[in-house]
Amino acid sequence: MRKDWALVATGFVLLAIGHGLGLFFVPPEAMMGETGRIFYVHVPTAWNCLVMFLIAFVCAVMVLWSGHPKWDARTTGYVEVGTLYNVMLLFQGSIWARPTWGVYWTWDPRLTTAAVMAVTFAGVMVLRKLIEDPERRATAHAVATVVAFVNVPVVYMSVKWWRTLHQDMSSPSTVDSVMHWPLRTAAIGMLLLGVGFAMVRAELERRRIAIEDEAPELPPVPNPLEV
Amino acid sequence: MNQLRWMLYKDLLIEWRGRARVAALSTFAVTLLLLFSFAVGPDTDALRTHAPAYLWLSVLTASTLLLTHGFKLEVESGAMEGLLLLPVSPRAIFYGKAIANMVLLLAVGVVALLVTLVLFDVTPRENPIWLLLILVLGTAGVSAPGTLYAGLTARLHAAQMVLPVLLFPLVVPCMVAAVRATSLVLGGDAMGQLDSWLWVLGCFDAIYWSLCGVLFGKVIG
Repeated sequence: MRKDWALVATGFVLLAIGHGLGLFFVPPEAMMGETGRIFYVHVPTAWNCLVMFLIAFVCAVMVLWSGHPKWDARTTGYVEVGTLYNVMLLFQGSIWARPTWGVYWTWDPRLTTAAVMAVTFAGVMVLRKLIEDPERRATAHAVATVVAFVNVPVVYMSVKWWRTLHQDMSSPSTVDSVMHWPLRTAAIGMLLLGVGFAMVRAELERRRIAIEDEAPELPPVPNPLEV
Repeated sequence: MNQLRWMLYKDLLIEWRGRARVAALSTFAVTLLLLFSFAVGPDTDALRTHAPAYLWLSVLTASTLLLTHGFKLEVESGAMEGLLLLPVSPRAIFYGKAIANMVLLLAVGVVALLVTLVLFDVTPRENPIWLLLILVLGTAGVSAPGTLYAGLTARLHAAQMVLPVLLFPLVVPCMVAAVRATSLVLGGDAMGQLDSWLWVLGCFDAIYWSLCGVLFGKVIG
């Protein structure tokens, strides 16, 4: 089996174990009750969303440093998976917010910065689709990714910098020890799944770039006035 | 520094020769202010409360036209290639363009601010000089990433569509800080919050003016 698909499969298994333990075996959270179980889904998504964007940033810097197409393909993979995780994060947060805060959405700093981050990276993906020349596309995509990454520390620190409804940063030290392993297992599963998907996407993009390089020039369009 | 001065002179000279563009942009920003007031209706209190938001939205929207146009001129006539052949550092080109864009946007902002004060019947409760500082910091925050993105999208057919998609989410912190700071100057700063919003604007500017300057060489190279 290829390494990327092996990562995806392992990620799925760990995610199923982590979510299974979190949803069915761990006691409910003291304050929120059953609603608090979304913690095992939402927190790993949030951590790994930021991790995916961090890896995308590193890959984008490598594009600008070395110019090798493999880094361009990897940047594409991690930006897309990061954006997917970001959108999932917003949906999961809304599902949790309705019974807890009484609304699906509120203009809280953490929610707002996370939504802005999703739209920013969606813009980066749009930019990539609109540029045809592979070299210019790689550079533009990498530059836009580096600039968009400035949002990531802002999202991470938003609960510290502003007064917010959202909880402080979650970690194993902020919860009871019985909740550690479901959370860690789900987080590692989500990480492997994300890296695996990004590698699959990067391989697809690498092949697409290779085909573009080999494709013959299109014949000139005939002038209708001369036909 | 000498290179930067010449680049800035070149960009400002181009804009001075086509100064009808700044007049058109100011008119556009004022038209947006009128449209906002039509959308809200004749509720004077609501208009006065939201005046800072209308002001900055009109400046931001006008900025996309300004930024796209600046690079369109260079690309259409092949001037960018000529510029790259000169022994000039890309940073000088970037900072020349970004400062020129900021100056023009500031001119649009001053016109929009004066119209806002008259149209929405707002009298600043704090020293009006703060408004000028906020305008300088806010337009600087838009023009640095805006110039970089305008360079990135200059050769695209859909440049005018892509630039706002990339720029608007990025400048949200700058816009929030500029609107809040303007509100405090217009409505009164009883709790002394103005300094913190000016710091946010200053930090935003420092990050993007340095980062975009470093990256611009890759964009036009």
